[in-house]
Amino acid sequence: MSSIAHDRPQFRLGFWKFVLMALIAAGVVVAVQRWSQGLGAVSNLSDRYPWGIWKAFNVLGGVAIGGAGFTIMGTVYVFHARRFQPIVKAAVLMAFLAYASAAATLFFDIGKSWAIWHPIVFWNHESILFDVSWCLMLYMTVLLLEGSGMLFERLGWLKLVRIQHAITLPAVMVGVLLSTMHQSSLGALFLISPGKLHALWYTPWLPVLFFVSAIALGFAMVIILARLAGKDEPAIPMPILGDVARVMVAILGVFGVIRVFDLAQRGVLGLAFDTTYEAMMFQLEFVLGVVLPMAILAVPKIRASASGLYVAAAMVALGFVANRLNVSITGFEAAQGGHYVPAVAEVIISLAVVAMAIVGFHFGARLLRVFPERGNSWGRAG
Amino acid sequence: MTIEPVGLLFDMTRCGGCRECVKACTKSHGLAANPETVTELSADARTCIRPNGEYNVRDLCRNCLSPSCASVCPVGALKKDERGPVKYDADKCIGCRYCMVACPFNMPRYEWKSAVPRVQKCDLCVDRLDRGEPPACAAACRQEATVFGKRKDLIAEAHRRIAESPDEYHPHVYGEHEVGGTSVLFLTPYPVEELGFKASLGTEPLPDLTVVVPRRIPAIVLCGGAALSAVWWITRRRDEVAAAENAAACAAHFRSRNQHGASPREDVDVEHRA
Repeated sequence: MSSIAHDRPQFRLGFWKFVLMALIAAGVVVAVQRWSQGLGAVSNLSDRYPWGIWKAFNVLGGVAIGGAGFTIMGTVYVFHARRFQPIVKAAVLMAFLAYASAAATLFFDIGKSWAIWHPIVFWNHESILFDVSWCLMLYMTVLLLEGSGMLFERLGWLKLVRIQHAITLPAVMVGVLLSTMHQSSLGALFLISPGKLHALWYTPWLPVLFFVSAIALGFAMVIILARLAGKDEPAIPMPILGDVARVMVAILGVFGVIRVFDLAQRGVLGLAFDTTYEAMMFQLEFVLGVVLPMAILAVPKIRASASGLYVAAAMVALGFVANRLNVSITGFEAAQGGHYVPAVAEVIISLAVVAMAIVGFHFGARLLRVFPERGNSWGRAG
Repeated sequence: MTIEPVGLLFDMTRCGGCRECVKACTKSHGLAANPETVTELSADARTCIRPNGEYNVRDLCRNCLSPSCASVCPVGALKKDERGPVKYDADKCIGCRYCMVACPFNMPRYEWKSAVPRVQKCDLCVDRLDRGEPPACAAACRQEATVFGKRKDLIAEAHRRIAESPDEYHPHVYGEHEVGGTSVLFLTPYPVEELGFKASLGTEPLPDLTVVVPRRIPAIVLCGGAALSAVWWITRRRDEVAAAENAAACAAHFRSRNQHGASPREDVDVEHRA
């Protein structure tokens, strides 16, 4: 047991342990205030800006990051790209925690947390948010089914492992379909606001853009995780990571082409080169998330280095989180008037939820042995 | 029997700003706003009076004919009553506030300060309609600036007033066609942009932009499922063919090696690699 701990990469927290604990503690304080005095007491949410960073960053961003789950599962089980098998466990665990953190934030964000189960019994199938809530519930179930295999394996419950293996393929297919639907539906949420959302972001292609970017983000998150979990070298072998990066670049290309063609077709490409606030925020998301990563990964030397991949992947992640913030906040500012700046307590909650997900990953990765062992082809030794 | 939809017509040129409508509204719904001074909608005010030059304008939920809020509500807490009101059921509401994002007029207000928050907006006094009474504001208005009636009749009356006094009115009934039409109609002396109202909303109901998405779900599931199965089958078949070809090649290699008297050790290696 102890010998294994050395050759399996660990997701170590180190000094960050204290930061995470402090954030979670501060989050608990804010939570008490929020549930006793209402949302207004802890947030800068208002009638003009009813949705803030909780929805934009934690929910939209979290779900997009959770795209790692369906992306990798689909690649391995449906497309039979078996060389990505070693990263499935890490991707599934991360996706589950990303979705769990999005759900936890929603629980906090909605006015009546105790009514969060209402979409199960009160239906409005015209509503995209209703679809999204069902997709999220079902998809988290799929991730649990997928992840339960790891737990059963760990516990040595072989019968359950066998059952879990038997349902893996159908579960993965359902998972990929559910993800396709809810990733795109999250973009479709904003189709209802043509008069409010700025032309740089309002497009009938929003669902497609959300979906494609979630795939790119999925691959980016695998690279980031591998780096964070490895000490001197990535927790996932470089050749596999190189392939992951290559696929990511291809998908970024697809995204970039759709994005630019859409702007051009709607005749608003010029707005992107203005010096307005919106144009600058657009440039930030697009250069950071698409142009720069593709540019630096075009350099063979950077492509071959673990840090190079990591930096590019981090840019993709930041760029697309910026995109989600822009779609749901920046893009509304011109029409709604004024600016929305989150309150300190709002930021605390956002970060506390992320902190909980990181701690969850730390323990989950250790318990479930999600990373492949290094330099050891003998399989499990304990 | 089809029900004839009702509505309110607010004629800005007739409003003297006495605020009887606001008083009646806050009283009728138990709201905390001071009716004498309120100029903005809030969780405490479902309607208000805003001075605009020498005129006064009322603000209130338009109760759209095809309401975005009701279309996007995940739990159906907001519903269009066939008589006209967009009703709100606070017990169903989970507080997601998507209605506020979706409303093209920015009408719903939220009780941000409450631990048990609700949405607040005009529902045309649906409880009074149930009793056969007009909305409280219309009943209270002494100038007939706010009048209640069948929407059809109100539109006819509005156009009659415009035709009768073309100098007094901007020739447009705001709400007749906007986003598919609204139950609350406005007659104004000048274009509504000058009131801070949104003018360029189009005449298409906004829910049409999004309801197409849920309707595509069965197709997505069927086609997507078929496509995924196809990809799974093809890529697996490709691997199987590759494995079989590999095995055949190895077997051939194995046979030729044996014929040429290779050492058993090498054979094991070949087998291993296969």
